[in-house]
Amino acid sequence: MSETMIDQPTGDGPDVMVESDPDDHGHDAHGGADPTSLGLSNTKLAMWLFLGSECLLFGGLISTYMLYRNRQGTGPGPDQLWDIPFTSASSFVLLMSSLTMVLAVSSAQRKDDRNTKLWLIVTATLGGLFVAGQVYEFTTFYREGLGYTESLFASSFYTLTGFHGVHVSIGIIMLIATMGMIAKNKIVGDKAESVEMVGLYWHFVDVVWIIIFTLVYLIPA
Amino acid sequence: MEVDAPQTPEIDVVHSDIVAAAGPTGSDSGGHGAHEALSDNRYIVIAAILAIVTAAEVAASYIELGPAFIPLLLFMMAFKFYVVVSFFMHLRFDHKVFSFMFYIGLFMALFVYIAALSTFRFWNS
Repeated sequence: MSETMIDQPTGDGPDVMVESDPDDHGHDAHGGADPTSLGLSNTKLAMWLFLGSECLLFGGLISTYMLYRNRQGTGPGPDQLWDIPFTSASSFVLLMSSLTMVLAVSSAQRKDDRNTKLWLIVTATLGGLFVAGQVYEFTTFYREGLGYTESLFASSFYTLTGFHGVHVSIGIIMLIATMGMIAKNKIVGDKAESVEMVGLYWHFVDVVWIIIFTLVYLIPA
Repeated sequence: MEVDAPQTPEIDVVHSDIVAAAGPTGSDSGGHGAHEALSDNRYIVIAAILAIVTAAEVAASYIELGPAFIPLLLFMMAFKFYVVVSFFMHLRFDHKVFSFMFYIGLFMALFVYIAALSTFRFWNS
């Protein structure tokens, strides 16, 4: 064990002497994550960078939809298809899944594994409900004549909401995998940070839906 | 060895409104300990506010609001986005470099939209 001098970035507090293991690569100061030169977690830095790049992906998809939303051709348009009460209920479910996710993160930070697993499974269930709603919606639209290649509006709508649905599905897999790993105690490093990373992804999926719900469903074409 | 340590966050959880609950910005913390500052009850209150705003959005789409309709919807959308990103994703409490990485992506996405829109609307001969 060796002593490490930690320099407070603001200069408000005194330098703190902590004991650290030379082989620990700074895990003491960063809750199990590898530190960068900024003193931040590499994992978290990578996740935020990834989410920033995801903004570009969804920005492109939303832009495409907004440009093509009036190109309905002879097929049905939003006015004939949208079921706002149903989609509102779906949005509410996804919004509440963000609450259960943040409660899972909060429980993980308290090292309360039981509640962490509980909130993770509730979040995955709510996510599953949302995806089920989306599958139902797509099926209904298809039966009403909105095929994927029916019009530019149809293609851009299915691509945008389909990509979002795939992201939610991946999130559900991540939630279940994290829950399983916690149950089997197989998470290497900081458990709370692992749950937090899944949480960041999940909340991102939620904020993307916040935009899609308003721009696609509520604002008329 | 001399390393930079994250600041200890100073978050006042006594105040009742969301912004007050968030405490000061710029409490640079790369770790996750800072996030414990918001209690579970506080998260429930934030979620309730988000649910109310969502209900208001849906209600607005059924009411004739004239020219105020779209700006109002966009404002409520932006508010919900900000609340989720700031409080549920803890961006308000984290190191500013995370905010930079996220918002740079967001603004570049906005730029992509404006560029694409202008291409189709103004440069399409």
